[in-house]
Amino acid sequence: MSRVYWMESKMELRKMARLKQYSLSTVAFPLMFYIFFGLVMGSSSLGGVTISRYALATYGAFGVMGATLYAFGAGVAVERGLGWLEVKRASPMPPAAYFVAKGVVSLTFGALVVTLLFALGAIFGGVRMPAGQWLAMWGVLVAGAIPFGAIGLAIGSFAGPNSAANIVNMVYLPMGFLGGLWLPIDFLPKALQHFAVWLPSYHFGQIALAMLHAPVQGSVAGHVEALIGFGLVFAGVAWIGQSRDREKMYG
Amino acid sequence: MPVAELRGVTKRYGQVEALRGIDLSIEPGELVALLGPNGAGKTTAVRILLGLTPPTSGEATVFGHDPASHRAKLRRGALLQVAKVPETLTVREHIELFSSYYEKPLPIAFTIAAAGLEPIQNRLFGALSGGQRQRVLFALAICGNPDLLFLDEPTVGLDVESRRALWVRIREFVGRGGSVLLTTHYLEEADALAHRAAVIDRGRIAAEGTPAEIKARTRTSGLEDAFLAIMRENGNAPEEVLQ
Repeated sequence: MSRVYWMESKMELRKMARLKQYSLSTVAFPLMFYIFFGLVMGSSSLGGVTISRYALATYGAFGVMGATLYAFGAGVAVERGLGWLEVKRASPMPPAAYFVAKGVVSLTFGALVVTLLFALGAIFGGVRMPAGQWLAMWGVLVAGAIPFGAIGLAIGSFAGPNSAANIVNMVYLPMGFLGGLWLPIDFLPKALQHFAVWLPSYHFGQIALAMLHAPVQGSVAGHVEALIGFGLVFAGVAWIGQSRDREKMYG
Repeated sequence: MPVAELRGVTKRYGQVEALRGIDLSIEPGELVALLGPNGAGKTTAVRILLGLTPPTSGEATVFGHDPASHRAKLRRGALLQVAKVPETLTVREHIELFSSYYEKPLPIAFTIAAAGLEPIQNRLFGALSGGQRQRVLFALAICGNPDLLFLDEPTVGLDVESRRALWVRIREFVGRGGSVLLTTHYLEEADALAHRAAVIDRGRIAAEGTPAEIKARTRTSGLEDAFLAIMRENGNAPEEVLQ
């Protein structure tokens, strides 16, 4: 039984790594943003933390979000909408294996982005931290994929196969900006700052910043609770979408 | 005991009655063709036997089990109409993955040979022609060494050569003792392959028997003419029948 999960995950990883619109853009965009905003302006500081350090947390969060939202949102929508998921459902594949494999892809690409960002920060941004702190931050960033997997799955369970990638873009990019992952949240107008508490990206970014001992709004426990809440709500939405799908109309 | 059976099955989607009481059985070693115009209920019948959707009323069984059960799934394979298959896996990788779903799959090399895929086994799916793609889907349907195959319009859109090549593979499967439920638009295909055919129209079985029996009943020489005669008996306008 566990062999099925292993095979499904292995093949899903190969499939997505070869799909350049996923593998390249997932890795390249956060790195590019970090080079522009984190390294070029890296020496100035924000609340006692250099920008090159601060931006590691926020672009790390941004990268993990992207890897996860595209793997689940666009991936599931296309396979569901164009009949492939049904071929799998008719086979003896345990249904969970399909979703576990998407999770493995999200975590792997999320971990890859975070690792590369850390390397850039350490080599070119002069970021220094105790090993334990690097590890803790790495773990927090990669684990952040979990609630976004639920959000991606909710999108993938409702979106059409042709519009899903655009819908993910329309969720991902504004959520990154408004959640304070592109620019520090304090740079945004007050009204937008108040709105940010409704965005999972904001809570994710704040937790990652707390690992750097950067100044954060609210408590870490509060942000974790918020992310768990978002994760559960969207997992519920995804479940409704998946059940509805099985009763779809066919001639 | 039949390998698959529908007994008094109806299926309603909202206001639409896709099936209005269907009885159908497939015996061991038999190839049954399910014929009918678009929207007649062929795909719905297949989806019920695959456990993808439950019947509104009536009973569906596969090897005596619920069609959605794991035990039923392990003994059957399916080639469904699919608009897009992941293109960045190779032929061999697709087959290895599907084989891992089954308890006693065929050896990978046997599946590849049985679907005629040796020369292209290391190509990415996205680089294949239409006929090659259908042969890969056929390989995925047989890789688990199933006793029963569902083929939902397996040769639609293929050129004559690819269609005939797939017929050979289907006959070989039946020759090894397998049972098949085949839906098709090509009546010539049913004539060439089927032991028995069932014509389905607007959710009901309109005629059933060997291709020869159906032709004799309608006093026609080809299954296509027989099909048209049955549709007319049922009060379909000729232009609807022919679309």
